[in-house]
Amino acid sequence: MHELSVTENILKIALRHANENNAKIINDIYLVIGDLSSIVDDAVEFYWNIVAENTIAKDARLHFKRIQAILQCQECLAEYQLSQKELSCPKCGSDQVRIVSGDEFYLEAIEIDR
Amino acid sequence: MHNRITIVENILSANDRIAAENNSLLDKEKVFSLNIMASPGAGKTSLIEHTIKLLSPEFRIAVIDGDIATSFDADRAAAAGASAVQINTGGDCHLDAVMIQNALQNIDLKDTDLLIVENVGNLICPASFQLGTHKNILIASIPEGDDKPYKYPSMYRGIQALVLNKMDLLPYITFDLARFYKGVEILNPGIITFPTSCHTKEGLEPWIEWIRQQLIKHYGSKC
Repeated sequence: MHELSVTENILKIALRHANENNAKIINDIYLVIGDLSSIVDDAVEFYWNIVAENTIAKDARLHFKRIQAILQCQECLAEYQLSQKELSCPKCGSDQVRIVSGDEFYLEAIEIDR
Repeated sequence: MHNRITIVENILSANDRIAAENNSLLDKEKVFSLNIMASPGAGKTSLIEHTIKLLSPEFRIAVIDGDIATSFDADRAAAAGASAVQINTGGDCHLDAVMIQNALQNIDLKDTDLLIVENVGNLICPASFQLGTHKNILIASIPEGDDKPYKYPSMYRGIQALVLNKMDLLPYITFDLARFYKGVEILNPGIITFPTSCHTKEGLEPWIEWIRQQLIKHYGSKC
């Protein structure tokens, strides 16, 4: 898995924004991660302690907001969770469906002390 | 004083930026490029070998080969008639745009019409990392089973063409083609699909013809 490079990216983005905002310390980091992005929270936490060492983010708390993978039927508009067995609409059986959430993978916000 | 700074920045935006640079460079040099993804053993190297052999009389082909270690795959591509660059990811599970950017410096792009990138065998991680190639291709294969679109939706959604390889094994393996294609169609409506066998060479011609058309569509004749 690639959590190490992902964690390094999270740190880089957080430090850049902290710097632009004259932060002395980063207290909290808010991440939004869709279930389709296949990232394991624990692995990110693990690497965080290594990559953030010696930075103003070393004691930052990581907050993971998980977004479920949701499909929407384009015919009857029913919404349902992605399962690995069936993708068709469970209500009307249609195959005209669209994934409406679950791809999210971004750094939403940080909390800093100036 | 506590301050909340709203950011909303994609965690992989740095990779996406470099991928866009790669894409511009390839466009400028009129090199059409494919990113070939698959699980280990689906037939990436075999399909690339056949593709090189069938297209190299007409086009100049370069291959970037991603592998955890070893240069077996790059050696096979070179033996088939392409110029080949090996990237050893040292255990990393995917190629990223920076690796491609570096590898492109070792390829004579002015002397290349088609660039084929062979990604690391993996159905999860390569789906998240754009490389800047023109088309993302997945090679699925019969022995993997018909449930793979359902289990790896991100991979099946992010591709522009699908090869279903090892069709010659269909009589010996329980593989429901209808179930497979249904999953593919739901996740990626209208995607072009090439059933092939690198063993019997059946179905290779439509795949080769598709690449030929893409090359012509993108750049006409470069030579």
